[in-house]
Amino acid sequence: MQLARVIGNVVVTRKDENLANRTLLVLQPIAADGTAVGRTLVAVDAVGAGVGETVFFVRGKEASFPFFPTEVPADAGVVGIVDHYDVEQSLQP
Amino acid sequence: MQIARVVGTVVSTQKHRKFEGAKLLLVQPITLEDKPRGATLLAVDAVGAGVNEKVLIVIEGRAAAEAVGRKGTPVDAAIIGIVDTVDIQE
Repeated sequence: MQLARVIGNVVVTRKDENLANRTLLVLQPIAADGTAVGRTLVAVDAVGAGVGETVFFVRGKEASFPFFPTEVPADAGVVGIVDHYDVEQSLQP
Repeated sequence: MQIARVVGTVVSTQKHRKFEGAKLLLVQPITLEDKPRGATLLAVDAVGAGVNEKVLIVIEGRAAAEAVGRKGTPVDAAIIGIVDTVDIQE
């Protein structure tokens, strides 16, 4: 999994039927120091996250597990909202 | 599998129910020379690792879910061992 900030929503009307009623979020992965790292991506939401929140997301087909037995065609999914995280400063790269 | 160093902890209340009781740690994959490599990741701890320890991680869904011991957990990385030493003979 990776930490990310939710920076937007994607509205898609015409889509795979197994994506019906699913929220799609635009994520910016972040490094442990909170700075943006890597490309933004779209992830399916499993926990009710919203714009501005720090979340963690899973990559791969595991993103669809929260919706079992519906086979959601997703390769990234938000699976938790982060309350806070602590990084040992001496271990910062 | 990869070698990584535990650099931090993450607290999350609102998360998928399969994560309940699981410990989430921030891990930084490292090279054999102990230099950071790639992005910092979140991994579920299956062995009782702590901050600053060198650990062995899997970055693959099925293996990680097995480490957590719950089928169908939406997880893609887990700590499966604490590294004592790495011995390179070259």
